[in-house]
Amino acid sequence: MLLAIDFALLLEKLILVVVVVFASLGIAMYTTFAERKVAAILQDRRGPNRAGPFGLLQPLADGMKLFFKEEIIPDFSSKFLFVMGPALAMLTACMTSAVIPWGDKIDFFGRMVDLQIADVNIGILYVFGVVSLGVYGIMIGAWASNNKFSLMGGLRAASQIISYELAMGISLIALLMITGTLSLKEMVVQQQQGYWNVVLQPLGFLIFLICSFAECNRTPFDLPEAENELIGGYHTEYSSMKLGFYLFSEYINMFISSVIMATLFFGGYDIPFFDESVLAPNLAAILGIVALMTKVIAFIFLFMWVRWTIPRFRYDQLMHLGWRILIPMALFNMLATGGVILYFNK
Amino acid sequence: MQALTNRAKQVDRAPMSFMEKMYLPAIIKGMSITFSHIFKKKPTINYPEKTRPFSPVFRGMQILNRDAEGRENCTACGLCAVACPAEAITMEAAERQIGEENLYREEKYAAKYEINMLRCIFCGLCEEACPKDAIYLSETFTPADYQRKQFIYSKNDLLIPHPQENPEAYKKALGNRGNKTTVN
Repeated sequence: MLLAIDFALLLEKLILVVVVVFASLGIAMYTTFAERKVAAILQDRRGPNRAGPFGLLQPLADGMKLFFKEEIIPDFSSKFLFVMGPALAMLTACMTSAVIPWGDKIDFFGRMVDLQIADVNIGILYVFGVVSLGVYGIMIGAWASNNKFSLMGGLRAASQIISYELAMGISLIALLMITGTLSLKEMVVQQQQGYWNVVLQPLGFLIFLICSFAECNRTPFDLPEAENELIGGYHTEYSSMKLGFYLFSEYINMFISSVIMATLFFGGYDIPFFDESVLAPNLAAILGIVALMTKVIAFIFLFMWVRWTIPRFRYDQLMHLGWRILIPMALFNMLATGGVILYFNK
Repeated sequence: MQALTNRAKQVDRAPMSFMEKMYLPAIIKGMSITFSHIFKKKPTINYPEKTRPFSPVFRGMQILNRDAEGRENCTACGLCAVACPAEAITMEAAERQIGEENLYREEKYAAKYEINMLRCIFCGLCEEACPKDAIYLSETFTPADYQRKQFIYSKNDLLIPHPQENPEAYKKALGNRGNKTTVN
């Protein structure tokens, strides 16, 4: 047969997709809660603690509130694009998780299930492609609003994300020269056997970290939605769950970029100073997921910690940092890495 | 120019040094400051579960007092209403009938006694004006409500629980305010 479809594989991947998407939605939901809690704790406050035990039902209440809000589509907006903006933002935010290795293989009644939706050999390029699409959600939504503040926010988002993507890409090239692969799974396996990439590429990691803050529109790079300059930036005209989608996609982006950073530089599902191969494969895989999630939570905390510490950049400072500091630094890092590799491999 | 305080600092307009231009040391310093706040004691009091201790002179919601046998002290003389700068108090007097001696302490009593809690400024002048020790300001807040008319408190809302029928609630409502000796 020409079209021999492995239905078991199809089912396996389908289940994995559903689990990963819902898990990232759930995590993003509780990241909003964690954000408020961390903000409160860093500012000597208590934070939400009324809805449910310890306020754990707060994200549900927030979501419900957004659903019950009046849905306004401005008369002067371009209606199709206005609805498409948040949908695109959400879609691209959810799509990135497809190539992330969440853990090692799991033995499911004799069938080895790979805890990765798609182990494509250009994984990191896929991530980059989808992340660059993310700016369209913001830009289209902002432009379709037909509001000057929104347009300003959209412009800022576009120029910021494009500027920082350059430095991010160049910092990754240095990493790729070391690993010699574009597959995320392959990178994790290499890090399990050798050192974590952050040891080999500290400068690259720093650049990548700063750029991913910018890509996620997080403080100090939250100029697109600077509420005290642009009202709400690109989502000024949005209300109800469409606004919720924008805010939510931001938290999913934050989660995904934490996962990417953990995978690229901190060994992914690798447990530090421990040889997983002595454990039963299932236990090792589950512990691996736990290890990855611990790293991710640490990164998410870092995101919040920075947000509640540093004030926003001015626009010219943002551009100065991106084009005149990060890109030369990334280029230097790339050249130095190449030089070192050449020197040791000759 | 003469500085007003000794805390004034001259603004440093020197160009940033290399270390300052790196930003990162300053960011790390800032982050360590915010991190240290995790371990700080939070000044917030979880209100409905915990309440802030009031000072002994706190003036809260009014209470209409009874004597030890449970008779209402108020004789509807109207001095509190006269003293009230916000004109929050209204009352109607009535004569005590035979057989009501266990309800009212003296021959005249307040058939209707209302305080508009939205007008009340909790100054305590009614308490000072009262010759019969019938009204005093307690340690409780006036609870929030949804409608304005709910804030006109009638005698039912204001009267202290009966000291013999419900001694515990009476003690609680009295707080440490009722330690004054009753003037007869």
